[in-house]
Amino acid sequence: MSLKDKLTELRQKGLTDIQQSGDLKDVNQIRVSLLGKKGPITEVLRGMRDLDASERPKVGAFANEVRDDLTNALAKRREELENAVLNARLAKETLDVTLPGTPVAKGEPHVIQQIIDQIEDLFLGMGYQVLSGPEVEEDKYNFEMMNLPKNHPARDMQDTFYITKEILMRTQTSPMQARTLEKHDFSQGPLKMISPGVVYRRDTDDPTHSHQFHQVEGLVIDKHVTMADLKGTLQVLAHELFGDKFDVRLRPSYFPFTEPSVEADITCFNCGGKGCNVCKNTGWIEVLGAGMVHPNVLKMAGVDPDVYGGFAFGVGPDRFAMLKYGVDDIRNFYLNDVRFLTQFTKKG
Amino acid sequence: MKISYNWIKEYLNLDVSAVDLAEKIERTSVEVDSVVTPSDGLKKIVVGHVLSVKAHPDSDHLHICEIDVGDDAPSQIVCGAPNIAEGQNVIVALPGSRIADNVKIKRSKMRGVESDGMVCALQEIGFPEEVVPKDYVDGIYVLPADAQPGAPVFDLLGMNDSLIDLDVTPNRGDMLSLNGTLRDLAAIYDQPVTLDTPHVTEAGDAIDTQLSLHVDDSLSPQYRMRLVRDIKIAPSPMWLQIHLWNAGLRPINNVVDITNYIMLKYGQPLHAFDYGKFSGQDVYVRTAQAGETLTTLDENDHELDPSDIVIADSQAPIALAGVMGGLSTAISDQTVTVAIEAAVFEHDHIRKAAQRHHLHTDASQRFERGVNQAGVQDALDAAAQMLTELAAGTVQTGTAVGSNHQPEPAVIPLTLTHVNAVLGTELTMDQVSHILETLGFTVKVTGDDLTVTVPIRRNDIHIPADLLEEIARIYGYDNLPVTLPTGRMTQGRLTPAQRLMRATRKSLEGLGLNQAISYALTTEDKAKMFLTHPDSQVTKLAWPMSVDHAVLRMNMVTGLLDDIAYNTARKVKDVALYEQGRVFYRQDGQDRPAEEEHIAGAITGQLVPAAWNQPAQDVDFYQLKGIVAAYLQDMAVKGDVTYEPNTEMPEMHPGRTADILIHGHKIGFMGQVHPTIAKRFKIGATYVFDLNLQAIIDMPKQENQYDVISRYPAITRDIAMLVDDAVTNDQVVALIERRGGAYLQSVKLFDVYDGVKVPKGKKSLAYTLTYQDKHATLVDDAVTQAFEKVTKRLQDELGAEIR
Ligand SMILES: [Zn+2]
Repeated sequence: MSLKDKLTELRQKGLTDIQQSGDLKDVNQIRVSLLGKKGPITEVLRGMRDLDASERPKVGAFANEVRDDLTNALAKRREELENAVLNARLAKETLDVTLPGTPVAKGEPHVIQQIIDQIEDLFLGMGYQVLSGPEVEEDKYNFEMMNLPKNHPARDMQDTFYITKEILMRTQTSPMQARTLEKHDFSQGPLKMISPGVVYRRDTDDPTHSHQFHQVEGLVIDKHVTMADLKGTLQVLAHELFGDKFDVRLRPSYFPFTEPSVEADITCFNCGGKGCNVCKNTGWIEVLGAGMVHPNVLKMAGVDPDVYGGFAFGVGPDRFAMLKYGVDDIRNFYLNDVRFLTQFTKKG
Repeated sequence: MKISYNWIKEYLNLDVSAVDLAEKIERTSVEVDSVVTPSDGLKKIVVGHVLSVKAHPDSDHLHICEIDVGDDAPSQIVCGAPNIAEGQNVIVALPGSRIADNVKIKRSKMRGVESDGMVCALQEIGFPEEVVPKDYVDGIYVLPADAQPGAPVFDLLGMNDSLIDLDVTPNRGDMLSLNGTLRDLAAIYDQPVTLDTPHVTEAGDAIDTQLSLHVDDSLSPQYRMRLVRDIKIAPSPMWLQIHLWNAGLRPINNVVDITNYIMLKYGQPLHAFDYGKFSGQDVYVRTAQAGETLTTLDENDHELDPSDIVIADSQAPIALAGVMGGLSTAISDQTVTVAIEAAVFEHDHIRKAAQRHHLHTDASQRFERGVNQAGVQDALDAAAQMLTELAAGTVQTGTAVGSNHQPEPAVIPLTLTHVNAVLGTELTMDQVSHILETLGFTVKVTGDDLTVTVPIRRNDIHIPADLLEEIARIYGYDNLPVTLPTGRMTQGRLTPAQRLMRATRKSLEGLGLNQAISYALTTEDKAKMFLTHPDSQVTKLAWPMSVDHAVLRMNMVTGLLDDIAYNTARKVKDVALYEQGRVFYRQDGQDRPAEEEHIAGAITGQLVPAAWNQPAQDVDFYQLKGIVAAYLQDMAVKGDVTYEPNTEMPEMHPGRTADILIHGHKIGFMGQVHPTIAKRFKIGATYVFDLNLQAIIDMPKQENQYDVISRYPAITRDIAMLVDDAVTNDQVVALIERRGGAYLQSVKLFDVYDGVKVPKGKKSLAYTLTYQDKHATLVDDAVTQAFEKVTKRLQDELGAEIR
């Protein structure tokens, strides 16, 4: 048998043995026995001394080739076996991925807060300031400067918690508008503000009435503010809170502090305007009151109504939340059942 | 006010349905509560002529009637009404008919006798009880004699009309009448309207010889009466009764019905007195005197107030002016002479009188809003004339006038530029003046200027802004452009305080607490608990709605405990809440409290719920302290935060309560609610904190700053020691930090043990001390030296026994 044949046979047998090896120990043994110093390849190479000088390089090259083949086969087999071991271990580590994750402590913002924040962010983006005033107010700011003198019939519509004759729990957040109007320096720019906050009315708590609720009132006063601007602003607000598909319509109304006064309806989100129970078949839902600021309100705050004017609006986050999420009882907002508070988790 | 669609159509040429008309009204003038056609949903209800009535053999109240319902043969119908009689025309619900409340009538047997339908009362076909004429309240209704048997009853009873219920805002008193509504609709639909002008035929003696009026004109700027003699009291004709019941008023008799009809048409409330019951010929309009009383038409007695306006004869009050007449001079079947009053009363008095006596009437509602002061005589004349036509009366000559102040019409200047500048429109002068003219206003145009004279009936229009509203609503709010304010730019940004409040909420939510919003009004008892301003007085509502919400809170904790109690009662055991809001501290002698922003939290049960891979862990002091500490770290107030035991707060556990101080200033407290208080709230072990958020806002803050992270390794040493129970962690840490040497980076407590293996009165504390040199590799020797030094200090200064 020539050396070359011997090498070919060695390669053949070696590759077969490697392929049949069962574990890493076998692989190691094969490596030692085939490629070690006392192994057959070394033996064959030793026999090259007896060859012609012309044959030697050829056989040498072939021997190296065989050795490389076996080395590669060993490495490949080793990797296969290692992978098999790893896979077997990983298989044993398999988890039930449907088991629940470990609970973490997580708190949620109140749903009314979410709506107030959303309104604040919208108006901040349009250059409004956010101002909050006292909850215990003077009659002067809550009523009189809102064009509601002491004997005004509309005061019957607003049942008020009085503390003394002149001190009361604010029934709206617009007293902050009066306070701001009084101080604002129009030479520094227009007044654009919203005032969010808690307000109080002398009501018996039931599913649709609460003696405590929230309001966000807005006010823009400048030299050229129009009712069309009011309409556009309310539309932006409706789009922000309910979605771009919602339309706003204005209807005449009456508030002592605005003239003209309007109520704004938005498309009924329950039926999309087709008419249903929620909207009493009108396709519209009343969501807020607004209007052009009454000249008396400006005058009382020391602002010249012949030069400046603008609009005001007031929205109820409680009502918005009730409409938007179908909350059927306003008391839910103030009783703080954790199962209620944790229903409004969507962020962004 | 319910207004009749058919009545409107008598005056205006409208090609719209009642529903569309209502929608238009709502969009352009006042809100509409409902549009109702009374016959809707009813069917097969016809006129029946009662041919015979005989008693039911097996009943003491049922009758067996033969009734002609227009068929070849009469129907046999069993009827229980006491007032059914032969010869009457009645309302018959045939078999297969549908009456009120969607009730279906079938052929049936009543006590063994076949009944082919049902004879109906008005209530049974949908009339509210309060509009049914008194004679028919307890029985069936009798239709006019000329009704055709078999004909549907709906037209006969006015039930095919549509009634539009207007919810009139306080400024639009003019809309509380047909005439006012017609004026508005004329403008809305841009068509002319001609209203009726009354003509009265006078025949009797001069009124001056029969009646003298003495009127305080500060109470009643206009007061007029007419006298009508030879009256024959009778029921009103059907058409008049229909007008009344469709408007929600009960027909009574021709005289009273005429006054109500005129009120519906003109908006002017009238009152009819039985002149024969007057004591003398003098009638006074004055305020009530102390001790006077009046029995009103509804037979209620009223003690009169000195600010009530009354109508009086020479003896006593005979009416509460503008609200309700008195019983003593009420129209009765025996009345032959009627004094009709048409007046204007001072609205504030009327409003207060109506409130005081709980008498909110159709009259008071109109006087409160103001009636058409230019139309008082017209209404009076129209009523007098109707009395001649419908009650055979003779109108005495002339009108008695007790006061007669006519207001001047408002004359308002306006410019077209201003109209467009405020509305954002591009209206032309023609458009603007046309709108105002269709409303019945007089307009004089000079260049850009308009001078608008407003009719007296529109007492809500005084200033240019009022005209703008008229122009805008008639032009149509839908037609306004949609724009956003332009003009000088403004910057919209939160103030630092507002940013900190938002950060507060985010921080606490991140730490696992849900935001609560509790009631700020509470009980006096709760308001005074957990006080951090001990000298503050409670602020009470003058007239609370309930004892539970009568006083302003002076702490944030009790609201949260109420919330926990609400959850606990509903079997929700794990509650973690925070609330940001105001507390109200009042100094003695002040009316108005100071408002302070607070942030508070309360946890009970488990903060992190137990799970299949996580054991239950009840909340404790240290868990809450971890939350408070992390929150305060987020707020980055300058200065050390320290916790000092507070054993004095009566509502808190004396051994588990700490005052929280920043840089030595107390900003609040935290700890466990005293078990007796928890029991009072019916809640379990609860841990709370209440911090003065305003103080946190006001304190100086640290800015974030980069600190080099050392590349050199740190070396740690652990030390465990036995110390007396009284030695606090703060003392140990402070000493280690003070004496730890230049390389000491941190001290971390990793074990506290006071179990059986330590002697009584002692505890074991174990700390890890971390040393690091930021600029070089630390030498072990240096650490050992520092560590030995601090060990010795602990032994010497705190008596620590190193283990
Ligand atoms: Zn709908």
